[in-house]
Amino acid sequence: MNIELQERSQVGMDEGRSGVGVRILTQTPARDSAARGEVVFELEDVSCYYGAFRAIRDIRLAIHENAITAIIGPSGTGKSTLLRSFNRMNDLVPGARVEGKILYHGIDLYDRRVDAVEVRRRIGMVFQKPNPFPKSIYENVAFGPRVAGTKAGLDDIVERSLRRAALWDEVKDKLKSSGLSLSGGQQQRLCIARAIAVQPDVILMDEPCSALDPVATLRIEQLMTELKENYTIVIVTHNMQQAARVSDETVFLTMDEDRAGYLVEHGPTPQIFTKPQNRLTEDYVSGRFG
Amino acid sequence: MAADPMMPLGGRTRLAAAGARAATESALRNPNRADRATGAIFLALLLLGIGVAMAGLAAILIWSLIEGAPRLGLELLTNGPSTVRPEQAGFRTSILGSIMVVGGVLVLIVPVGVGAAIYLEEYADRERWWNRLIELNIQNLAGVPSIVFGILGLAFIVRGPLSLGFVAAAASLTLALLVLPTVIIAAREAIRAVPPSIREGSLALGATRWQTIRRQVLPAALPGILTGVILSVARATGEAAPLLLVGAVTFVTFDPSFFEGAYSTLPVQIFNYSNRPQAEFRVLAMAGVIVMLGLVLLMNSFAVWLRNRYEQSW
Repeated sequence: MNIELQERSQVGMDEGRSGVGVRILTQTPARDSAARGEVVFELEDVSCYYGAFRAIRDIRLAIHENAITAIIGPSGTGKSTLLRSFNRMNDLVPGARVEGKILYHGIDLYDRRVDAVEVRRRIGMVFQKPNPFPKSIYENVAFGPRVAGTKAGLDDIVERSLRRAALWDEVKDKLKSSGLSLSGGQQQRLCIARAIAVQPDVILMDEPCSALDPVATLRIEQLMTELKENYTIVIVTHNMQQAARVSDETVFLTMDEDRAGYLVEHGPTPQIFTKPQNRLTEDYVSGRFG
Repeated sequence: MAADPMMPLGGRTRLAAAGARAATESALRNPNRADRATGAIFLALLLLGIGVAMAGLAAILIWSLIEGAPRLGLELLTNGPSTVRPEQAGFRTSILGSIMVVGGVLVLIVPVGVGAAIYLEEYADRERWWNRLIELNIQNLAGVPSIVFGILGLAFIVRGPLSLGFVAAAASLTLALLVLPTVIIAAREAIRAVPPSIREGSLALGATRWQTIRRQVLPAALPGILTGVILSVARATGEAAPLLLVGAVTFVTFDPSFFEGAYSTLPVQIFNYSNRPQAEFRVLAMAGVIVMLGLVLLMNSFAVWLRNRYEQSW
């Protein structure tokens, strides 16, 4: 593991304004705004309700292709709710509803004619606590393609997905053993391989490293940086340093008096962490609250 | 003043330390006697309870073995019943009848029971009043005495709407209704034990609800479901009261068939033999009891083995 502490050349360490300089670990050169890819998600005045309770309000946001967008903020501000609304996982909660529009490549995800199952094949999800199925490693990865109807070529799909998730070398001799026999970090990589196997467009990650040890966390962060070349990644994280390390863009949410989350600031990661525009953002990233 | 561990202790400190040591020693040597006694009595009562249960079970087993041992032999299984020649009487027709009836029960309870459990756990909205009513009903039915199901069978299955007559099929239906609530409850517990994270993971990959149930939930819940089914079948094998009402005739000399003709089952036959005056018939009845106990013990052990073998640790 060869990680270098680098200061990004475009953004200086602005000690004076935020009070705390943030050292950004990076292995790839910083991406400037002009190189942003196509818009994958466009949110227009999105609010999410659980029954009568409004969890998040008036979100206006654009997520770009082949980039890692991190959603940060204190607990309870609706970060997971926002993430789950991207792949219609909130549909599973009775009483949950979404107002406003979430456009995915221009298509409103919550339109009546859109099939949630199809949405989830294109927008995959990795959960906080690794949840491999109680089946063999092979069957775990093959499950997604199987339910999508693929009958042939599963061996290749499994190998490709496990290679992309940087797990192949560790498990290639024991594909028939149970998914639950792996370590925590390996299980999470298995879940990532499983998500990749259906060839999604986007991978959503809900605090993927919070249940893992630092070594496994680092591995997964490296993996994310590799994956963003082929996938769009949106990650919710409590760990500010992780967001600073890994993401290209950062979204900061906080709560108002009604406990509804709202978007405070959204911008390129270096800017959010060193020259935030909003006072609240500055307070949060410098650790004054949250 | 700061305590220096290297310096010897002063007079008052030494006294205090000695007093503390004495108090600790006396506390360690003389535990609270009242607590100890209560604990011992409680343990004794628990052991007594277990002892009584085990003694009762042992008594039944040993007594049956002693009484029935003289007649244990292969002819028990191959000979038909006889009223006049107890030395040659056997359980053949009633064993066949039992197999048929219990087989019918199995075929009925698996799809209906597991299907009902899947509906209640996966699809039903628990807030709706009719679903709560169904749940309540099932739990109540599990406690209804078996003779009531016999009356139900007589009124609606043998006579009434179904009018099957006094046949083995009617017995299967009656017993299926009797054990169905138990199967549903066991299957529900097994399905509920599958963690929601597995379902979420499956749905997030683009599986439909039904695919998730069929490919993830049911396979994971299978050991629990199987255990419930086997235990219910074991219970159904031993039922006599409802079958007496539904027409398990006690003297059948020809091999039974499922949809027509008279039939008998093992418990009913044992009941019949034990009622006869000749002593040989009582021995025969006890031999039958041994056969039935062996069968039920076998089924229950299989259920326990199955559960242990496929126990899931998440």
